[in-house]
Amino acid sequence: MADISLSAATPVVPRRRFRWSTVVDHAVLITGALIMFFPLLVMLQTASTPDVETMKYGPGLYFGDQLDDNFRKAMFEASGFSGANTGLSMFKNSLILGLGFAIGKIVIGMMAAYAIVYFRLRFATFAFWLIFTTLLLPLEVRILPSYEITQKLGLLNTYTGLIVPLIASATATFFFRQFFRSVPEELVEAARIDGAGPVKFFIDILVPLSQTMIAAMFIIMFVYGWNQYLWPTMITTDEGMYTLVRGIKRIVQVLQGGNEIPEYGRANVLAIIAVLPPVAIVIFFQSWFVKGLTESDK
Amino acid sequence: MKRAGFASRWLPILLLVPQLSIILVFFYWPAAYAVKSSFYLQDPFGFGQTFVGLENYSSLADSAEYLRVTNFTVVFTVLVTFFSLALALLLAVKADKVIRGAKSYRTLLMWVYAVAPPVAGYMGLLLFNQRWGPLTEFFNVFGWEFNLRADYFDTAFAMVVVSVWKQVPVNFIFFLSGLQSIPKSVREAALIDNRSASGRFWDVTFPLLAPTGFFLLIINITYALFDTFGVIDTLVKGEPANNPMTLVYKVYIDGFRGNDLGGSSAQSVVLMLLVLALTVFQFRMVEKRIHYT
Repeated sequence: MADISLSAATPVVPRRRFRWSTVVDHAVLITGALIMFFPLLVMLQTASTPDVETMKYGPGLYFGDQLDDNFRKAMFEASGFSGANTGLSMFKNSLILGLGFAIGKIVIGMMAAYAIVYFRLRFATFAFWLIFTTLLLPLEVRILPSYEITQKLGLLNTYTGLIVPLIASATATFFFRQFFRSVPEELVEAARIDGAGPVKFFIDILVPLSQTMIAAMFIIMFVYGWNQYLWPTMITTDEGMYTLVRGIKRIVQVLQGGNEIPEYGRANVLAIIAVLPPVAIVIFFQSWFVKGLTESDK
Repeated sequence: MKRAGFASRWLPILLLVPQLSIILVFFYWPAAYAVKSSFYLQDPFGFGQTFVGLENYSSLADSAEYLRVTNFTVVFTVLVTFFSLALALLLAVKADKVIRGAKSYRTLLMWVYAVAPPVAGYMGLLLFNQRWGPLTEFFNVFGWEFNLRADYFDTAFAMVVVSVWKQVPVNFIFFLSGLQSIPKSVREAALIDNRSASGRFWDVTFPLLAPTGFFLLIINITYALFDTFGVIDTLVKGEPANNPMTLVYKVYIDGFRGNDLGGSSAQSVVLMLLVLALTVFQFRMVEKRIHYT
């Protein structure tokens, strides 16, 4: 009897009690967050310090006052040979790549997914397999032939050549197919009774229903497109077509060679600008982004 | 497909045309081209090509360098996959436990998802700089003369560290969402049955996370094989010399720099087969159903 009352008196979950394990939990999380943040801090410090100091002593403990100067140099002064390679032009190209990739992928993917889910097609299974096999092989594996073909089509140094080959995989199609299949069947029936045709149903019902999905896909795809490296490196030789991420390769080569003082400040400003837009989007639209990302494994 | 669909004949075809034409031109054509080129020897001066059968493959099998790159890729993939999964799981379990500041921790631990691999590699160049890199100095304190790009092991170490740093957030997001989807009733039942936190973790939480973990395993292997290209390219500054490299990087170096289209295509085909095998394995495992929901 005494035993029972004793066990009832000690609650299973102690509340508001100091526990060492809680301290450890927070310590682990804070350490993790700091390790994640540390490289960015080093970049910020060198971006605000005169290059001579960085060259001599490396990253220091205090921030300098050169940030706006380095920013101006990085964004508006041309580097490279052609004079077309400013931070601003690279920013513009990154934006075009990110937006073009995200929008292209979503529009094409939604159309294809709509056709596969909502229509009776004789070769539906064949089209399905044709499309979804592309999920298996990343662009990196077939990079050289893709380059050769893009070259044959005369698409080097064009936005089309930059964006379209990247769209050639079915991630968005697969995602929207899963989502459309979860939309209740009664909706189509109701729409058909009301006399809505397939186009009207798509634009007036399905697209508005998919808003959250579209937003989530857009964030993931924009980040993916903005961060592309290998393909832009191969396809753009004209400096006016460089994206920020592709520009990293140039920065690395410039920092390596020559006897003059390497332009650490400018390089780090460019690297920070290459990181900020996708990071900002992911942080601001966190809940959509996480939903979109984790939903894709279903 | 849905039971109640539309019966239009031309509309679905019209809807499929953009997707199909893009993948035919930029997926199937290159893939077929790679398979075909792998059986030919390209003239280095661009005067045609000769059919050589399986010679490109057999010279791959005989190449000591290819073997070395393969070995490194395997070790690299295992290390990156293991550490990014383990660290992410630790952080996710802690982030799931804390009550205060849970949202802030999530933000602080996941933003690196959006950092491009080459930028991560560039950060690595700064931190591991031979003369004044903060991490180089840190290792020097312990008597480790860290030498990026001059020492094979040190370069490999930096590649693993940067690749893991970049991948932990992705795994963290998935593990955390997996943990948060474990029903409250299950947690409470486990709490009554098992007072030890680590026992609860291994007996209840870990098995419930298995499907997420398996999905992530495949994602991480793919990441280590293919997406680390940018990390490796920046860390070796585009000049691998005697430094370690992965199979994908070798495809690029041999084909684009060495102009060896046949050899590079044969390597591409080997990688394609590897990915196919991985996918078949994934489907088989999913069929065996290692999930409980």
